[in-house]
Amino acid sequence: MLARSTPTTIAARVRGLSDRAIAWLFITPTIALLLAINIFPLIWAVYLSFTNFRANRPNAEVVGVGLRNYQRVLNDPDIWIAMQTTAHFVFWTILFQTVIGFALAYLIDRKFRGHAFWTTVILIPMMLSPAVVGNFWRFLYQPQIGLFNYIVSFFSGIPPSSFEMLGSVTLAPWAIIVVDTWMWTPYVMLICLAGLRSIPDYIYEAAEVDRASAWRQFWSITVPMALPFIMLAVLFRGIENFKMFDMVMLLTGGGPGSTTEVASITLKREAFESWLTGRSSAFAIILFVAVFGLANIYVKALNKVKQR
Amino acid sequence: MSSVNTTAHSVVEPTPTVKRIAGVIVILYALVTMIPLAWIFLTSIKSPPDSISYPPKIVFTPTLEGYCNLFTTRTRQTPDYIQSLPPATGTCDEITRSRNMVIAGPSNYWPRFGNSLIIAFGSTFLAVSLGTLAAYGFSRFRVPLADDLLFFILSTRMMPPIAVAIPIYLMYRQFGLSDTALGMILLYTAVNVSLAVWLLKGFIDEIPREYEEAAMIDGYTRLHAFWKVVLPQATTGIAATAIFCLIFAWNEYAFAVLLTSGSAQTAPPFIPTIIGEGGQDWPAVAAGTTIFLVPILVFTIILRKQLLRGITFGAVRK
Repeated sequence: MLARSTPTTIAARVRGLSDRAIAWLFITPTIALLLAINIFPLIWAVYLSFTNFRANRPNAEVVGVGLRNYQRVLNDPDIWIAMQTTAHFVFWTILFQTVIGFALAYLIDRKFRGHAFWTTVILIPMMLSPAVVGNFWRFLYQPQIGLFNYIVSFFSGIPPSSFEMLGSVTLAPWAIIVVDTWMWTPYVMLICLAGLRSIPDYIYEAAEVDRASAWRQFWSITVPMALPFIMLAVLFRGIENFKMFDMVMLLTGGGPGSTTEVASITLKREAFESWLTGRSSAFAIILFVAVFGLANIYVKALNKVKQR
Repeated sequence: MSSVNTTAHSVVEPTPTVKRIAGVIVILYALVTMIPLAWIFLTSIKSPPDSISYPPKIVFTPTLEGYCNLFTTRTRQTPDYIQSLPPATGTCDEITRSRNMVIAGPSNYWPRFGNSLIIAFGSTFLAVSLGTLAAYGFSRFRVPLADDLLFFILSTRMMPPIAVAIPIYLMYRQFGLSDTALGMILLYTAVNVSLAVWLLKGFIDEIPREYEEAAMIDGYTRLHAFWKVVLPQATTGIAATAIFCLIFAWNEYAFAVLLTSGSAQTAPPFIPTIIGEGGQDWPAVAAGTTIFLVPILVFTIILRKQLLRGITFGAVRK
């Protein structure tokens, strides 16, 4: 109690800046930078979303158009298709990454010999640049010369040039899901591993005394105890994959047609190719509100699970 | 509880068979996951014809052609002209001439790589400096609305980069910051500082306040105690945070491709644009990718123990 109350009284007596001044001095630069480079642009985007401004015509007269941009975005079937495509990617990548990531974490937690080394090896893909990796996977996916088609045909007997991962309407989305899963499964694995390591041994020992089967232990102890961690991994991957841009840009550029056009790609096309600045700003705000809202609802659910 | 945990052979210790099966599956996964990376490296030491031969060549004569093509620009010449030149001065010169070309000059790879270095290290330094100060502020003082401010700092990461890129693009054009290293450093600092504050607050929270209090009783000012007592204690956390910021800034593509086009362009937007005669020069692209990945591989190995904290924003303490 005494120790807790001392610092303020001491700080009041010592020479130099007051604690309050130091707190502000330390925090203000960060807040100022975020205001300048995050919040100010965000507010500007909100303002632009109510205008007909086009960034490639800086001298044209800017007219307020009220909610028309929002109305147009929400009524644009292409944008809804992009949102569906995004949801499709988020769903499948999270499903694969969670299942494989958790399975790997569970196996690594058996602490076989050399597990630390192999864990490090598995982590490498997530440390790389999605754009550079996406570009190189484009090479691996080439139907005539690529390694991916060669390996698939080696095991399945399907001729390698008969399927084109990036050029086919049905396969292109899966081509991206494969790369995203390859790259980010280690991330989910790492968080799941933290979850598994946080389960105290004595719970398993008690279950062992009660003669609970391994299967029963897995479903009644391991999964529920690791669930908050799994949910955290899903949250982080969900937010990231909702914003997915670089990998898609370099693998397919949104094609063929618009089968892999996720929200970020549509946004880039509207903002930097069609130069519909006002309209794309409205779309950006809608996206932000959607992610922010979903993340908040999800965090509430996560906290409920944690409290159980 | 501790007596249970410290038993040498607890009841739940997996059997050797279970361990062996787990090991085999994990190692198989690790090997499969490494195939694309191994292929990037192998392609970088292939000749262009070998790189696109079918079936893919596993056995081939290694060559430095990819690296030569990465570092130089070349022009095609007649065999007679090449005959008339003085003898080749190096390996690259020889390889280029054998393809009926001469080296015209250096490529843009090293300048772009240099931009990546300047921007990544510059923004990391700034983000970690600002982040350390702010984290200390939030950790040690009663800041009004601290929880709201911290959540606000975190929420800046939820925005898709393209969404803020529009106004940032306009703002940078206004202030003459587009396509400058300074502009990119400020931008990446802003993106990274949220991570830095959250991570470092976790680390600083764990340094006992008593250390500073003791120093202040000895007559140190608060600032002096921060500098002499807290900073040295936080070194590990600061280093881990720095590496995370570095990796982000090193790998970033969306802002880089939208806001830089020439002098400040970084390597991620540049590498995919490496073109040879008749399409992408895959050995050169692979060489550029390999060199670009090396620093990150080194970091991963150095940092593996701190990784967890970083990727979960410090939400997982372990």
